[in-house]
Amino acid sequence: MNDTVVPVLQADNICKSFSGQRILNGVSVGLRRGEIKTLIGPSGGGKSTLLQCLNCLVLPDEGAISLDGQQIDLANKRSLYQLRQQVGMIFQEFNLFDHLNALDNITVALRKVKKISRAKAEERARLELDQVGLADKADLYPAQLSGGQKQRVAIARALAMDPQVLLLDEPTSALDPELTGEVLAVIRSLAGKGMTMLMATHQISLISTLADEILFMEAGVIVEQGEPAQLLSPGCGSKSAGFCDRLTEIAEGDCAC
Amino acid sequence: MLSLSPFYQDLLSALNRGLVMSVALIVPSACGGVLIGIATGAIRAFGLAWMRTVGDAYAALFRGTPLVVQLFVLYYGLPNLGIYLSPYWAAVIGFILCSGAYQSEYVRGALLSIKKGQYLGAQALGFSTLQTLQSVIIPQALRRAIHGCGNEIIYLIKYSSLAYIVTCMELTGEGKTIATEYFRFTEVFAVIALYYLALVSLAMLLLKKIEKVLYIPGFGRS
Amino acid sequence: MQAQINAVIDAFPYLLIGAVNTAVIVLAAMGIGLVIGVLVAVGLVYGPRWLRFLLAAYLWFFRGVPILALLFLFYFGLFPYLNIQMNALAAVAVVLGLTTGAYQANIFRGAIQSLPRGQFRAASALGMSDATAIRTIILPQALRLSIAAWSNEYSIILKDSALAFVIGAPEIMARAQFVASRTYQHLPLYLAAALLYFVLTWAGVTALRKLEQKMRIPGYSGEESS
Repeated sequence: MNDTVVPVLQADNICKSFSGQRILNGVSVGLRRGEIKTLIGPSGGGKSTLLQCLNCLVLPDEGAISLDGQQIDLANKRSLYQLRQQVGMIFQEFNLFDHLNALDNITVALRKVKKISRAKAEERARLELDQVGLADKADLYPAQLSGGQKQRVAIARALAMDPQVLLLDEPTSALDPELTGEVLAVIRSLAGKGMTMLMATHQISLISTLADEILFMEAGVIVEQGEPAQLLSPGCGSKSAGFCDRLTEIAEGDCAC
Repeated sequence: MLSLSPFYQDLLSALNRGLVMSVALIVPSACGGVLIGIATGAIRAFGLAWMRTVGDAYAALFRGTPLVVQLFVLYYGLPNLGIYLSPYWAAVIGFILCSGAYQSEYVRGALLSIKKGQYLGAQALGFSTLQTLQSVIIPQALRRAIHGCGNEIIYLIKYSSLAYIVTCMELTGEGKTIATEYFRFTEVFAVIALYYLALVSLAMLLLKKIEKVLYIPGFGRS
Repeated sequence: MQAQINAVIDAFPYLLIGAVNTAVIVLAAMGIGLVIGVLVAVGLVYGPRWLRFLLAAYLWFFRGVPILALLFLFYFGLFPYLNIQMNALAAVAVVLGLTTGAYQANIFRGAIQSLPRGQFRAASALGMSDATAIRTIILPQALRLSIAAWSNEYSIILKDSALAFVIGAPEIMARAQFVASRTYQHLPLYLAAALLYFVLTWAGVTALRKLEQKMRIPGYSGEESS
């Protein structure tokens, strides 16, 4: 039970400015093993920047990040590379490597970063592709895959690195509505296997059913934080509830036309 | 007032003389090249089949062989046929023919890249062929071609140095004479390099200005 | 007419050896230029400010000065001044290599900058070091996108190599000129030289087009992000 007490990934008091503009203003977030948190709020609120700070794709100006209770030395590139191997990232726009087929998109980091042999890497990659239901697409290049398939390869690529935590930055936002289902199914099955996740999303179903906790971000700070049952209960008057209601309206509006 | 050694006095007066000759080579060659380029480019884009073939062959021939060889043929080769050109005219004719071939490539590309819908749109509004050309095609083609054509003129500035090879004394030729006389190649050609850098930088600046004036948001990205 | 044809036929083997020298110059220059171009492009995109400034100056110089002036400057000026002993053939390859290096750097830089930013970010997110990301993700894509421009660079360098005769490198032009000055058959010999250059241009460009097709990634044009 000790695992549930010490957070796998912990960020404290993260601040970040871009060209004088404060994007993150003292954000703290912790993820315990197996925990799933969703990050919601208006766009421009700093969700994406927070996620990128958590695996140091963007270096925070202030604050501390710890993995497994060990603080990361943000000035040391090598420790950043180490951190990123442990913390997987799923991007809104997939970012598959355009010059590599699905299989090699997964093997490249195994081989170049983890120094695993090609045969072993391919074996692992096929396993991961199978998990996301794309075993037959191994030889196809990104340009030959649909958006949903690309995102599933991206998830397989991240999982092959055996990350302790997965960060997801609006994983379904760039997809056509009819393609979100296949990606959502993969995320659900990850949740079922106990993957620790922090995801920014506008997908109501993920927010209300998967999340252990909702973080509502606005203007660079987390303004609300709590369990979905509590924050989204009808008539509780929370910002999160209002936000989700508006998302539902938009979604229904989409369906109507 | 800074007083220069005899060497630098000689060098600068020779180079300034050469600069005048270089400009006298570049300006008519650039103009001629652009005119031939536009005519050939238009023919290669829209001409009859046999005209296109001739145009393509001309461009392939002059783009596929070195300018030096073309100049050698004009200056040293043609006398075999009883045709004698002065160094200056051999150079200018060579420059015009060669840069015209390159220019035609950009003009042709620009003309062919204009979408069918643009012609249809103009026709639907009752434009005549000439009016379509004038108000729709040329303004668009100009913007698509200007970068390539401008760069071609910048190339021409550099390649005008080849006139020296057919004994037309421009910057490089005048400089070479001084360098040989004093046997100071490093200084002489460093200064010559500065002359060319000034010319090329000036032309680049000018081209950037023109492109900025002609800029239309979002145009040319498709 | 017979005299002209004979002059060309007699000189042809001699010209062909010149063509071999031309090919050697061009291949060496393109190789030097490729190495310089890749390194300089990476420096221009990812390097610190002072390095970018320095490399930009290199590009400005070699893209702004005529080959002819560069050949004189280096072969008769700088090389002897710095006590570098080099035969004309090698000197031409170095000067052309430095020049095409500047142009190739510009080509590769454009290609690197045209790649979606997400490519680098995704590589970092997988724990790749910057150097590994550049080597395995950025350069393979950028170099593919550059093949067309690179083959253009080949044909330019091939034609520029015809200037090598001014410092006495024994390539096609030098040999054509030598024979022409003895036989007075200038026109046929220079036309023969032109033909050789034309064939070399055509052969190289065709080979590079084949390479481009072979390296093509299905469905990928490099413009869309994925």
